[in-house]
Amino acid sequence: MSDFPHTPPRYSATFTPAVNAEIRRAAASGIYDIRGGGTKRHLPHFDDLLFLGASISRYPLEGYREKCATDVWLGTRFAKKPIHLDIPVTIAGMSFGALSGPAKEALGRGASEAGTSTTTGDGGMTEEERGHSRTLVYQYLPSRYGMNPDDLRRADAIEVVVGQGAKPGGGGMLLGQKISDRVAMMRNLPKGIDQRSACRHPDWTGPDDLEIKIMELREITDWEKPIYVKVGGARPYYDTALAVKAGADVVVLDGMQGGTAATQDVFIEHVGMPILACIPLAVKALQDLGMHRKVQLIVSGGIRTGADVAKAMALGADAVAIGTAALIALGDNDPKLEAEYQKLQTTADAYDDWHEGKDPAGITTQDPELFKRFDPVLGGRRLKNYLKVMTLEAQTIARACGKNHLHNLEPEDLCSLTIEAAAMAGVPLAGTSWIPGRNAGY
Amino acid sequence: MQKFDLAADGLRQLNATLHSLKGKTNMTAWEIVNPKGAHAIAAGVDAPVEITVRGSTGYYCAGMNKQATIRIKGSAGPGVAENMMSGTVIIDGNASQYAGATGRGGLLVIKGNASSRCGVSMKGIDIVVHGNIGHMSAFMAQSGNLVVLGDAGDALGDSLYEARLFVRGSVKSLGADCIEKEMRPEHLALLAELLKRGEADGKAKPEEFKRYGSARKLYNFNIDNAAAY
Repeated sequence: MSDFPHTPPRYSATFTPAVNAEIRRAAASGIYDIRGGGTKRHLPHFDDLLFLGASISRYPLEGYREKCATDVWLGTRFAKKPIHLDIPVTIAGMSFGALSGPAKEALGRGASEAGTSTTTGDGGMTEEERGHSRTLVYQYLPSRYGMNPDDLRRADAIEVVVGQGAKPGGGGMLLGQKISDRVAMMRNLPKGIDQRSACRHPDWTGPDDLEIKIMELREITDWEKPIYVKVGGARPYYDTALAVKAGADVVVLDGMQGGTAATQDVFIEHVGMPILACIPLAVKALQDLGMHRKVQLIVSGGIRTGADVAKAMALGADAVAIGTAALIALGDNDPKLEAEYQKLQTTADAYDDWHEGKDPAGITTQDPELFKRFDPVLGGRRLKNYLKVMTLEAQTIARACGKNHLHNLEPEDLCSLTIEAAAMAGVPLAGTSWIPGRNAGY
Repeated sequence: MQKFDLAADGLRQLNATLHSLKGKTNMTAWEIVNPKGAHAIAAGVDAPVEITVRGSTGYYCAGMNKQATIRIKGSAGPGVAENMMSGTVIIDGNASQYAGATGRGGLLVIKGNASSRCGVSMKGIDIVVHGNIGHMSAFMAQSGNLVVLGDAGDALGDSLYEARLFVRGSVKSLGADCIEKEMRPEHLALLAELLKRGEADGKAKPEEFKRYGSARKLYNFNIDNAAAY
């Protein structure tokens, strides 16, 4: 035995305990990790941006006296009946199947009370959400589960889904344990089997076909409905430009923080770009085409607060969409249910096994015993409150920047705390006039 | 017979007119002339009317059709009768890709050949093809019946669910999880009825067909089947 001290144990930065645990899990189970939600890695995000506020060179609006409007029109390019929302925070598409019927009802109730829209998902339109949603966007997905012309016509807008931020380039998956009789019937599939949703649409490929597909949908609905095109954050400049070329009224852009009901963890964490990097490229595409504000841009993926809303809009978005945040507002991942999360070998605020259908909050499940726990009236009220708070927060910031409408926020109102975020968002690093990648020479 | 000149009056006017027929109408017979390959002809019709298109059509003719009987006196472009709900669509010539894609009901008859992905993701529609079908036909087909009097291309019925496929000629290859299945009396009876409805009963007999369907091995994920994906 030497008297010298031992080298203390040192963990590898490459083979961390978490990495090693995943290797062991894969070796034992033989299947990749599937989970719900969006990326959990640290990313440059809206938190890395700050508003500058008013000063001598520009003056603010009086908080409780001078109006700061929040409404937004969507679908003004071609649709005979564009949508008018009171607030620019919409509810993103989430499927019946992934969510329970009462959860869909609550989303409709909360969104309608707050004056905004909700969106169907990969599973067709339910009476719960149509009945309780003043404005309902009907998703047109590769699987076409539940697709029919009657629902197309009773929707307020149609969203052609090309991709989503959690898995740009990936299809959907609803594992057998969530396929109840009703879900199976709506999707024309046997009960209890894994339901794979294709990643490509069955009857069109590429932007030229998409243009014809959009024209067909407009013909079927007599050119009344706004048609959105939703893309994941992959190549936002080109995807936005091609969606505009194909005839979209609205482009929906979902960054990699956007959630999913069930996808491989490796996909969620390693494919796509953060929403912060996506927005300026999409806005530039719209500006280059002379279509900014004519084709509206809705962005999503990690929107949590009114500050996030204001920042997204300052970068050029017309509106935002929330999914994960809406579920949390309904009661998902609540620490009050910690004892039940522990039984599932997880903890509140980290629960992401939405695909297993065992959600103690009764939201991401098809188990009647579990979803009985969820009160859609209360859930709707909570969502309405949250949407109102986000709107008030965004207005507070906009007034401080001297803006009488959220749409008047602009990149000049922002600075960045980090070089990375400055480069992605295209706003100067705080205390400098440096936008990395833009004004070379600094 | 109501006659509509597509070249003179345009697609929007045509579809608006056809959509206004919902419910009961005594204008039950329509003829569309000068289609010239236009897209979305008679898309979204929801009335028990008979429509004859004199010529060939572009993409998505009869898309999401309900109730109507639509005859195309020519060939059809991609996605003919896509997501059809009910009614009948009969094509005298050939059909391009994705014929009857995601169709949920009704009958699609193609008297010539159909290209690739015929019946892709079909969900209850019946399709009768007098000629051949291209590769990847009935991909992820969920339910309904696909009858082919000629040959099938590569990867027939890849990843299919509960759709029934009947092919009289050769099958170049079967897709993942698609296998030949026993032809039982109930299938022969079904086939006889489909051939009759598909205006093919004089051309082929049920006994001449083979039946294909899902092996159901990919219904729940198993790592040992990963090579099949």
